[in-house]
Amino acid sequence: MNHLKKLENDSVYILREAYSNFKSLCMLWSIGKDSTVLLWLARKAFFGHVPFPLIHIDTGFKIPEMIEYRDRLTREWHLDMIYGQNKKALQNKETFPDGNATHLECCKKLKTEALRNTLSGDWPRYRFNHAADKYEIDSNKEPFTGVIAGVRSDEEGSRSKERYFSPRDVNNDWNIENQPPEFWNQFKTEFAPGTHVRIHPLLDWTETNIWEYIQSENIPVVSLYFDRGSGRRYRSLGCAPCTMPIDSTASNVEEVVAELKTGKLSRIAERAGREQDKEDGGGLEELRKDGYM
Amino acid sequence: MTGRENRDMKIAIVGHVDHGKSTIIGRMLADTDSLPEGKLKRVRENCRRTSRPFEYAFLLDALKDEQSQGITIDSARIFFSTDKRQYTILDAPGHIEFLKNMVTGASNADAALLVIDADEGIKENSKRHGYLLSMLGIKQIAVIINKMDLVDYSRDVFNSIETDYREFLSDINIETDIFIPVSGLKGDNIVAPSPNMKWFDGMTVIDVLDSLDASLPETDKALRIPVQDVYKFTRDGDNRRIIAGKIETGIINVSDTLMFMPSGKKSTVKTIEYFNGDKGKIDRAGNSTGFTLTEQIYVKRGDIACRIDQDMPEISRRIKANIFWLDREPLEMEREYIIKLGTQKIPFTVESIEKVIDASDLSFTSKDRVERHDVAECILTLKKELAYDIIDNNQMTGRFVIVNNYEISGGGIIPEVISDRQSWVRDKVITRNEKWIISDITKKSRAGRYNQKASIVFISGEKGSGRKLTARNLEKMLFSQGKLVYYMGMGNVLYGVDADIKEQGIVKDKKEHLRRLGEIAYLMMDAGMIIIITALDLTSDEIELVQTVTESDNIFTVWMGDDITTDIEPDIRIPSADSKDSVEKIEGLLIEKGVIFDYN
Repeated sequence: MNHLKKLENDSVYILREAYSNFKSLCMLWSIGKDSTVLLWLARKAFFGHVPFPLIHIDTGFKIPEMIEYRDRLTREWHLDMIYGQNKKALQNKETFPDGNATHLECCKKLKTEALRNTLSGDWPRYRFNHAADKYEIDSNKEPFTGVIAGVRSDEEGSRSKERYFSPRDVNNDWNIENQPPEFWNQFKTEFAPGTHVRIHPLLDWTETNIWEYIQSENIPVVSLYFDRGSGRRYRSLGCAPCTMPIDSTASNVEEVVAELKTGKLSRIAERAGREQDKEDGGGLEELRKDGYM
Repeated sequence: MTGRENRDMKIAIVGHVDHGKSTIIGRMLADTDSLPEGKLKRVRENCRRTSRPFEYAFLLDALKDEQSQGITIDSARIFFSTDKRQYTILDAPGHIEFLKNMVTGASNADAALLVIDADEGIKENSKRHGYLLSMLGIKQIAVIINKMDLVDYSRDVFNSIETDYREFLSDINIETDIFIPVSGLKGDNIVAPSPNMKWFDGMTVIDVLDSLDASLPETDKALRIPVQDVYKFTRDGDNRRIIAGKIETGIINVSDTLMFMPSGKKSTVKTIEYFNGDKGKIDRAGNSTGFTLTEQIYVKRGDIACRIDQDMPEISRRIKANIFWLDREPLEMEREYIIKLGTQKIPFTVESIEKVIDASDLSFTSKDRVERHDVAECILTLKKELAYDIIDNNQMTGRFVIVNNYEISGGGIIPEVISDRQSWVRDKVITRNEKWIISDITKKSRAGRYNQKASIVFISGEKGSGRKLTARNLEKMLFSQGKLVYYMGMGNVLYGVDADIKEQGIVKDKKEHLRRLGEIAYLMMDAGMIIIITALDLTSDEIELVQTVTESDNIFTVWMGDDITTDIEPDIRIPSADSKDSVEKIEGLLIEKGVIFDYN
C-alpha cells in the first residue's frame, strides 16, 4: 500500500470513529488546503455524503475569493454549512487592521472567541439554507461535543503534541501536561458533561502529502495557492492583512508538488507568512491552549 | 523519486530519563539536514538569550512548558528523511510520570530505538520500556548504547551492557541483534561511522533505520472487519445500506459469505462500495472499506465481520489478559470498567488478579489491586459476549484498552483461551443463528405496532412469596392495556418440551432445561412478546444462561420476599409487606426500562 493510501485509510477510520461516537459533531473548514482535504476525506468515509455540519469562522478580513469558493462548494456538494463571526468586535473596530489591537489580540477576538462561542452556541450561527439559497440564523444552539479539525503535526511545534482525539475541558482549555494515553487505534470517545473532544484525522500528514493527495484525487482548492502572473502565491491562507504570499511561480497543483519536492521551501516554515506566529514566543501554543486551531 | 520507498516509517525512541533520546534525535535531524531554517535559529537565539549552551535536545523542546521543566513531557512527532525514505520519529518521554505518553508514542511505531546511557547503565525504565514494547507488539527493536564518549569509547563497557540487556530481552521474548554504541553529543555512529570506535563494525543508527521493514497490513490472515457503523444516507435517493469498517486483517471479496461475531449471523457480500473511482470486487487489510449484503440481517457497531471459510474468532464472557495499568487510580476487583476491543465496548469486572509483575525487574507478587505502571495477569468477567483472537493469532483483535471514568486507563493482550461456563450453549446458539430464517418484518416494526419492547420478566423469590399470583395478575393487567403478553407456567414446559430429560417429575439436566426455556422465550421475543416466567431461587448464573440463549439485554428480574437467598441482583425487590402492590411496582419498572410505552 503506498503511503498516501495508508494516510487516507487511517484518516477515514478516525472520521468514522468520530461520527459513530459523537452525537453533536461538526467539522471546522477554514477553506484552506488541509481542511479541504479533510472535507474530501469525509466524502470518502461516508460515500459521497458529509453527515455533519461544517463550521467556518469568518473574521470579516478573509480574502474575498475564499468566501466565494466556500459558498460555491457548499452549493455543489450540498454541504451543511455554518459560519460564525465576532460581530461586536468588528462593529467596535477592535481589530489589528483598524489599528486597535496587536496581531495576537485580534486573532483572539476574531478567531478564538468567535470559534468558542460558535461551538458553544452562545453566539448566533449562520446556517446555509439550500432551498432559500442564503445564510439564516440557525435555531439549533446545542453545543458541539466533537469538533473535527485539519491540524497537522508537521505544521508547527505545539501541533506535534496533539492526540488524534484531544480532550478540551469545560473552559475549552487544552491541558498539555496531562493528556490521556492513546494507542492501538482506540480513542477518547468517552467524555464528562461540559467537556468536548477535538478530533484530528490529519495529524500524520505532511504539507507534501497534502499536495500530493490534492493532485492524485483532483480536489478543487482555492486558486490563491497558485501564481497567477505576479510571481507570488499563498502557501498558507488566513486574513488578508496578516497573510503574505511567497515568491513562487507554481501556477497549478503539479507545479506546487514539484516545488515542494525540490526542497526549496523545506527550510522555511510553512506558516512563515502568518504574522500572529511571530508574536507568540511558544509557537502557537498560547493561542492553541485557548482553543485556536 | 528513484530509489525511495513509497512508504514512510514510524520509529519510536524510548529509554530511561536523561539517557539522551532527545540529543540523538536532534543530532539525526541536524546531520541529515532535516531542519527548517527558522527552527535551528530560534533555538540558538533562545539559548543565547538565556545564556545556556546550545544543545541538540533543545531543538525538540518546541513548547515553553517543556523547556522550563527540562524533560520531554509528551510524545512528539518529528519528521525527517534519508535517501531511502521519510521517517516520523515518535519521541517518547523517559520520565516514569509520563509512561502513558511513552505508550502513546510507541504503540504506533513500526520499530523502536531503545536508548541506554553507557555511563549510568541499565535503569528501571530501560527495562520497563522494553517490557512495554513487547506488550505493545513492537517486533523490531534496536538498542542504542549512548554517551560512549563518557566511558572513553570502551568496548568492555559496551559488551557488558549488551550481554545484560540481551538476557533481559530474551526473558520477555524479544529477539534483537542490533546493539549500537553511539555518542549523540559528539555524533559518533549516528549518521557517520565513528573514528573513535574502530572496534565496532556494525551499522550506524541511520543505516539501521534504513535496514528495517515497514510493518504491513496482514492480508494472509483470516478476515477481521470490526464494524464501525451501518450507514443509510437517504439524501438524493441513496438507498444503499453500507456496512463500514476497517479491514484489520485478510481479504474480502464480493460473494464471500460472512459471519458476524459474536452473534453468528450470516450473509453474503453483494457489493464493495467506494466514493469517487476505485471500483472493485475485492478489498484488503489496511483499507477502510464499506460493503452491502444480499440479505438484510441485523448488523451493528461492535460486530466483527469474518469469512465462514476461514478461522473464526473466540467468543467468551470470560477472558484471561495481561494488563498494563496507567491510571493513578488502581484497577480494583468488584468495580465496573469498560473494555474496548475493535469497535466492541463491554462493561466488565476483574474476577481475579493472578499475579502482578514489576516490569522493571520482572519480579512478581500477588496483590488484590493493580497499581499505576504495574503489569498484571488477570481474569475478567464481561457483561456480554466478546469476540476476540488470541494475540499470537491476530494482534489487531487480540488486544484491548480499558476505560475508567471516561479515560483510557490501561491496555491488555489476550494470551490464551480460558473456559467459560456458557460456551456449550453458545455453540448451539451460533448454529441456530446460522440457520435462522429472517422475517421481513423487523423487530423495530413489531415494537412500533405493539407499543412494547419484546422482553422477559423473571419473577423469583422464596417459596410462598406470591410469585405465581403476581405473574397471573401482571399478565392480566398488561393484557388489559392491549399488550402482547404471555405467562409461561413451568408446567407448560416440563411435561412437553422437557419430556425426554425428566424422570419422576424431576428435571435431570437443569442447564438443558434452562436452555430450552430460553429457546422458547427467544421464539416468543422474536414474535415481539413480553414473557413472564416464575422461578424459585433464581441465580445469576441461570440468568446469564438465558441471556446467552436469547442474546437479549431485555431481561428483567423481580425478587419477592424479605431475604434474597441467591447471588442475584434483581432490578427490583418486593418485600412481603408490599406484595399487594407488586403488579404496580413491576409496571413502573417496565415503563422506566422502556419496555411498555404509548405513542399517543
